[in-house]
Parts: sequence; C-alpha cells; structure tokens
Amino acid sequence: MADKITVGHVHMSGCTGCLVSLADNYGGLLTILDKYADLVYGLTLADVRHIPKMDVALVEGSVCIQDKLSVHEIKEAREKAAVVVAVGGCACYGNITRFGRGGQPNQPQHESYLPIGDLIKVDVYIPGCAPTPQLIRNVCVMAYLLLKGNKDQQELAKKYLTPLMQLADRGTEACGCDLMYDVVNQGLCMGCGSCAAACPVRAITHEYGKPNVNREMCIKCGACYAQCPRSFFNFDVIPEFEGIMDAIDAALK
Amino acid sequence: MPLMRHSNEVREMAGELGKYKLCVSARSADKAILKKAQDGGIVTQLFKFALEEGIIDGAIVAGPGDEPWRPRPFIATTVEELMSSSGTKYNISPQVSWIKEATRSYGLDKIGIVGTPCQMQAVRKGQLYPVGLRDVPDKIKLAIGIFCMENFSYQSVKQLVEDHAAMKMEAVKKMEIGKGKFWVYGQRGQVVQLPLKVTHKYEQPGCHVCLDYVANLADVSTGSVGSPDGWSTVFVRTRNGDDIWSKAIAAGCFETKPIEQVKPGLELVTKLATEKITKNQKTVEERAKFGVNKGLRNPYLGPK
Repeated sequence: MADKITVGHVHMSGCTGCLVSLADNYGGLLTILDKYADLVYGLTLADVRHIPKMDVALVEGSVCIQDKLSVHEIKEAREKAAVVVAVGGCACYGNITRFGRGGQPNQPQHESYLPIGDLIKVDVYIPGCAPTPQLIRNVCVMAYLLLKGNKDQQELAKKYLTPLMQLADRGTEACGCDLMYDVVNQGLCMGCGSCAAACPVRAITHEYGKPNVNREMCIKCGACYAQCPRSFFNFDVIPEFEGIMDAIDAALK
Repeated sequence: MPLMRHSNEVREMAGELGKYKLCVSARSADKAILKKAQDGGIVTQLFKFALEEGIIDGAIVAGPGDEPWRPRPFIATTVEELMSSSGTKYNISPQVSWIKEATRSYGLDKIGIVGTPCQMQAVRKGQLYPVGLRDVPDKIKLAIGIFCMENFSYQSVKQLVEDHAAMKMEAVKKMEIGKGKFWVYGQRGQVVQLPLKVTHKYEQPGCHVCLDYVANLADVSTGSVGSPDGWSTVFVRTRNGDDIWSKAIAAGCFETKPIEQVKPGLELVTKLATEKITKNQKTVEERAKFGVNKGLRNPYLGPK
C-alpha cells in the first residue's frame, strides 16, 4: 500500500512510557509502519533533526515553559501537523508533571509544565498513564482510515474519533474528582467499576457501588473519566464492537 | 480492509431487544445448579461449561461480600466458587472494577464476566476505547448480560427488606422481582411481597438514563422475563456467543424450548424493554432542561 500517512512522535516532558506503549504493539506496530504510516519524525526512531511536515503528530509529554526549545517545538508541531494527537496523561492533562515545581538538577529553574492544549489547539486526546498500546493502535488505524480510506471507512473513523476529539475540547484539567463532579454529582453513576479498573495507581475503590477516590494518590492522568461509560457512550460506534474489532484485527494481520 | 460486516442472520427487532442470532427459553440440565438458581441457572451453567472446556480460565461473578446480600466482584476459577455466587442480589456489584486485575493478580488470559446491561456497555467501551485497560480487550472471552430494569444500592435493598418487608437481611433466602412485585423469601418459609411502586424511589439514580433492558451488548444475555417459572429467556447475540452456546447445547448443558412456544414469551420482553427505554429516554431529555436555562450532562452526546 503506497498511499501511507506520515506520522511523527514529538517528545516533550514525558518519561517515554507513551512511546514504549506504542512499541508494545509489537508485530502490530511493524504492520502499521509497513502498510499504513511512515514514521517521519521521532527522537529515538527516525534520524530527522527538525520537525517536518506530517499528517499526524503523536505528542508525548507536557511543555516546560521555561524551556525555550520545548515551547518552540510544540508550536512547530502544530504548524507542521494536520492532526495533533496528545498521547498520554502528560500531554493531555499534565499528569505527574502537574506536581513539578522545579529544583531538580541540572535545570532547577524548570518548574512549570503545561499540558500541550494550554499552548496549542489539540485535535485528539488519548488519556491515561501510560496510554494503552491498544488505544494508540486504534487511533492510528482510524487516523489512516480518516485520511486515506473509502467513504464508509472515513465515516467510521470520524465517528470513532469524535469522543476523543470532544475530550480534547473539554479542557486540560483532569482528576479523579471528575468522577464526582461530572458523573456522581450529575446523577449518572451506576457503579460499573470501569474507573477503578482504569486507574493506573489503584487510587479508586468502590464503597457500596460508588467510586471512592484517594485524591492524594491521583496522578491526574484522566483515564478514569475517559473510561467511564457515563463520560461518553456513543451508540453509533460501541454497539458495532464486533465488526470494528474484527476490522482492526484484520488491518493488523 | 473489511469494514463492518452486517450479517443477514442477525435479526434486528426494532432496536429494543438489540441484535441477536437466536432466542430461546432454557434451563440448566444440572439439578444441582437448578436447585440454587434464580431461574434457569443459565449464567452458572454456561460459565461452568466454559471453565471446564477451557474457553475461559476464570469468571468475574457477584460473589458473597462482607454483609448478608451484599455482593462484591469475585473471580471464580472453580465450579465450587461459581456455585457459591449463583442467584440475583438486587444491588450493585462493580463487576468491571476487577477486569484488569483479573489479568494481573489472577493471571487470567481468558476472562468471563457477568453483569447488568450497563456493565456490558462498559465492557464493550473498554474493548473499543481501552483508555486504562492495557492488554485487556482481547482477553474477554465470554460476557454474559442479565436483563435489568434498574438496580439498587445496598442501603436501598436493606431499607426494603428490613423496613418495608420487616425481615432481617441474614434471614432472607431469596429475593425476586416478578409479576409486578418485589418478593422477599425468608429462610423459614415466610414470604413478603411489596408492590413495585414502593421500590421505585429507592432505585439507583444512574439507572434512569439507561437505554438497555436486555443487555444488548453481551455475548449471551438472559433473564426470567418471557419464560415460565424455573426457565430463563436467552438471547445469543455475537458470533463468539453463538459459538460457545452451540457447543454447550451439543454437550447437553441446557434444555431448551423455542421462545415462540412459551408463555408469556417475547411479547412481554419487548413490552418491558420498550417501557424502560421510552421512560428513560424521556428522563434524558428532561435532564437537558433541568434548571433554568441550564441542564444536566447527557453522556450519549459526549464527555463534556
């Protein structure tokens, strides 16, 4: 398949866990690079010094505003990429970098870290710490279908990506408290347990069927709220789970 | 790349009952399961078969919790553990909370899970949008859904049993909703029935926006409604569900009757499904105008 999309991995202040998650698709990643996407930029993976023009920028990490290069690069990524995807909790919400307040060697003055959405317009969010290989994979496949697929495939990709685009519009703050503010307080929680399963630091337990968030432990990755079926549930996509999962599996064979 | 296949054999019944390949009235062929079963023992029997055949290596069930009739998600890896969790508890067990842990602490590669329609929605969302469910999506091998009109918090059920039915929780042998009543059966043979009207105000609020009655997204869904006493109505929905169900039938796990030949049959299921969905759709719409030029969130429109 000659008609590939171009993808870059842009590394801001993050731990490279998101990149590792992408790589954890193993054979699937090779298939993606083989058939659907050319990796045109990536610190460790592509020998390219400056951010080139590309279809999709997968941005990992938050932006340290005391680091001129980072600020320059995130703006450049926005200019050069048609679609900017915030990959992982740091790019979406700041995640653990929200707790940074400087003093670390060898750049103690680096103390302010912003989710990329505070500096540029972001198109798609993939929350979580680390984001899962499977969600990154799904978004990559859908981005390909959106840009290169036939009409039906474009339609599906648009529907699939819509809630992740809405998450990007929703803002740059996330916390386990979202479960209280936007689900329980809104009379929407039905006690399924998705939030507790999604939490990477086991900060959520269920007491009598409702989430109980240990806010001291919460790292602000956004996984719990995004996983909750009462944050978004798109009836035009999820009920088609069997066909969509088959299609993604087939695409990666 | 093949896009979504729309199989002709999938029947769509006006939407309320979801897609299904097969609908029957069934009960377990195992006397020991039937003795402890809520109705036809479908969930216990199907998980037992799947465990024994190696289709799953464990199932997330609603097991006994710290207080009488308080369930908790429990990972059953043996038939004995399955049996100890049979029966309906009528209050919340956050089944999905263990779905990742099952693959970690318990090392399961092939998970079974039973849950309410909303929990099946959570499972399928988790498979298509696995935000925090690393490596879980392809490990879910059998999702069994149970029909559900609404759920109660533990405290609500306690209020109904102890305050309205004047029975101690530990003295209850079985609870049941059927024939328009909430039934509480005591260990010593006493039976208290409450009109459903009494129970409505105790319902879990989150249930009132639910648009699914018969677990449309499960592999196999089941419930008492539509079938005679001691039998369950069963919808076989997905290709995977169909595969497992046919193997279970071939192995003689279930007695079945065509749903068209039992009373009250699909007509009642459709009626109740339509009632629930119509009422809750109205709630969703009313929520949009709940305040003065301000409304409550609608999860079906997005995460904002």
